[in-house]
Amino acid sequence: MTTATAPDMAKKTSKFATEPGAQKNSDDGLRVLIKLASHRDRIMLPVWMYALLATVGGTAYSLKKLYPAQADRDKLGASIGTNPSLRALYGPLYDTHTLGALTAWRTLGFGGLLVGIMVVLLITRHTRAEEESGRLELLGSGAVGRNAPLSAALSIAVGACFGIGLLAVVVMLVLGQGVAGALALGGCLFAVGVAFAGTQAIAVQLTETGRAANGIGALILGVAYLLRTVGDAAGSGGGAGWVAWLSPFGWIERVHPWAGNRWWVIGVTLAAGVVAAGIGYRVQNARDLGSGLLPQRPGPPSAGPGLRGVFGLGRRLQQPTLLGWMAGLFVFGIVMGSIAKGIDQLLNENQQAEKIIGRYGGVRGLTDSYLATAISFLGMAAAFYAVQAVLRLRAEETSGRAEPVLSGAAGRLAWAGSHLVFPAIGSALVMAAGGLGTGVGAGWVLGDFWGWVGRMVKAGLITTPALWVLAAAGVALFGLRPQWTSAAYGLFGLMVFIANLGPLVDAGQWLVDLTPFAHIPKVPGGAFHWAPLLWLTLVSVVLTGAGLIGFRRRDVSSA
Amino acid sequence: MTTAISASGLVKTFGRTRALDGLDLTVQEGEVLGFLGPNGAGKSTTIRVLLGLIRADAGQASLLGGDPWRDRVALHKRLAYVPGDVTLWRNLSGGEVIDLLGGLHGGVDAGRRADLLERFELDPTKKGGQYSKGNRQKVALIAALASDVELLVFDEPTSGLDPLMEEVFRQCVAEERERGRTILLSSHILSEVEVLCDRVNIIRAGKTVETGSLTELRHLTRTTVQAELTGAPTGLENLPGVHDAKTGAATFSGQVDNDHLDGLLKALTAIGVKTLVSRPPTLEELFLRHYEPEGAAR
Repeated sequence: MTTATAPDMAKKTSKFATEPGAQKNSDDGLRVLIKLASHRDRIMLPVWMYALLATVGGTAYSLKKLYPAQADRDKLGASIGTNPSLRALYGPLYDTHTLGALTAWRTLGFGGLLVGIMVVLLITRHTRAEEESGRLELLGSGAVGRNAPLSAALSIAVGACFGIGLLAVVVMLVLGQGVAGALALGGCLFAVGVAFAGTQAIAVQLTETGRAANGIGALILGVAYLLRTVGDAAGSGGGAGWVAWLSPFGWIERVHPWAGNRWWVIGVTLAAGVVAAGIGYRVQNARDLGSGLLPQRPGPPSAGPGLRGVFGLGRRLQQPTLLGWMAGLFVFGIVMGSIAKGIDQLLNENQQAEKIIGRYGGVRGLTDSYLATAISFLGMAAAFYAVQAVLRLRAEETSGRAEPVLSGAAGRLAWAGSHLVFPAIGSALVMAAGGLGTGVGAGWVLGDFWGWVGRMVKAGLITTPALWVLAAAGVALFGLRPQWTSAAYGLFGLMVFIANLGPLVDAGQWLVDLTPFAHIPKVPGGAFHWAPLLWLTLVSVVLTGAGLIGFRRRDVSSA
Repeated sequence: MTTAISASGLVKTFGRTRALDGLDLTVQEGEVLGFLGPNGAGKSTTIRVLLGLIRADAGQASLLGGDPWRDRVALHKRLAYVPGDVTLWRNLSGGEVIDLLGGLHGGVDAGRRADLLERFELDPTKKGGQYSKGNRQKVALIAALASDVELLVFDEPTSGLDPLMEEVFRQCVAEERERGRTILLSSHILSEVEVLCDRVNIIRAGKTVETGSLTELRHLTRTTVQAELTGAPTGLENLPGVHDAKTGAATFSGQVDNDHLDGLLKALTAIGVKTLVSRPPTLEELFLRHYEPEGAAR
């Protein structure tokens, strides 16, 4: 026999083993849960922390190279100060005299968003997702307090944010920046994580599924980011500038590391997180294990005509996500588009704005360039949708829900196809919605309404092949290396990371060319070529085909 | 009778674990076969091979005259399957899932669907996330039983059902047998198999260890005998084929190999019998015989 016999297994004590009776002396099982959670996250957490470290360090390094002289930095500061679109993209710049202040300006937006995404995923993973799977019930029947799982999740999340903040402090000290500013920057990254950990502690109480809890978390992050964008675009000189104060992303930008170090703003951010977490605990104590706060309505007693067959099922499962993304990108597009006014006036005044934006857009005409950049931002966000829609296949498989369908009269290809039409066509729809929003916003402030709508929808649509490549990589993993399917998210993160930081670093062009985003023609403004789009499409088709062939030949995993 | 399922020498390994190790299985058309084995013996793996969800590393399998891996889509129209651990989509109601799954198994008979909903006392308007384990299982059972198929495959179908619902399930299986459908019932609930099945196939560690009708299997084993006697039960425990004998002042109880039953009865009547109870081995006893620790069994 090749299987290990029971006595063999018993000899290997697990790392979660406790001495008999030890559990009684400890708290309410919190320590065991934290151990369990950190064991499950032993790969994911270091990757996140490394990504954040690289964001801060890489940005500081590239800014040093890009703006070596004080004169360059002053010009940059002037253009940010007068240009709402640049403020909307990157946030306000308060001081140009230290590399630290520049780095804080450039990293707090993107870095803060990364930290936010990390804590949303972490909190859900250790609370609602566990509860949904029933594993929490198993633990909960042991000597584990009612609040212990949430406390464990918060401990892990807050601990990870603390680690990230600490790494940021260290890297800025190594680069020779002032201690107070370094502490303020680290404090910002820590505090924004705590704030969103708090809101997510509430979010996971509301719904019954981890997927929906992550959706609410994404909505919170999206709205917070949008408020920051709008507020920063309006500027501090009155108008709608105050809306940035409604968002944790706005708060941390107003800490001003190396430019005043307003510690009390960090305090506000932390306090918001603590208050939100407190509400999360209260809600949790008022509800039953397994239930959500949002009411469950009864469903129809029989299937309507829309749910016949495997394609009806795929549509039912995928459509809500698609519609949510379309709505989200449409709204975000309107905001991004409507701050396009006034950029062209800066063209002759300021070469720096052109320099920095041109590196993303790479074309003449700052308005065009700005809008092309906005579309490429939307494209990177939508790529997450494409990957997520593909990975639903694996979630269906591992949860055991695919098994009854595949043991019915649905071929493997039909079942996979019923999901994959969504990343295939849905990516284009999401990008069209984002382009439409941007066009509506831009047309509204610039005039030539229908002209802008047409141009921006087109710009959105031609970004789609880049999304397909990432989605297709997910299909290939799913078919050929199913255990590694989630690596598609890692690949997505890596591509976005390179596409974001790469253009700032001159030497990295070959690296940037590895990302599908780099090959999308810069529209509006740039020349349009079919060739790169066809190549990206071909790569997607090949990867998808390989994945599907692999899936037809491989075993279906059991639950 | 033609063969609905035949498998021989099935081997399947997962990493270092050999889940199937030369398993044989035959189900005749129109019969109910009980597929017995303890947890981890390979019952679910066998079923997943037969459903074409996984491919065996070695051995032959044929299902309804086709190849379970190659012809899976065509074959699946003619069968319905209930997994042991049913997971449902949280945002689909039970009724929707019944229609959806039934539609993938040759279509749902509306009359039978309504009848089964009533008998299993299932509310079809609840969403998947709100059902208990037993109710999730009912959803899958109704979808399978209401489908118009030749072959029903059940993998531990009653593990979450209460005794009343188990009884409903038994009635349903009995009805399906009357209607001439072939049923493969994997279980470790022996009383269920004993009532429902024509034949059993007992597996252990990925191998078939015993197969045949219950009568045939019983024939191979021992009968339990209890007697009150008029005299002292001397010498009975030393008779050939007698096991586990317990004797009192004027009582005897023990087991006897069936080919030595005659000898024991003659000895008992020679002493003088007041009362006599003899009963065939239960499936539990058959089962235990195969699942005693390996060294002791063989």
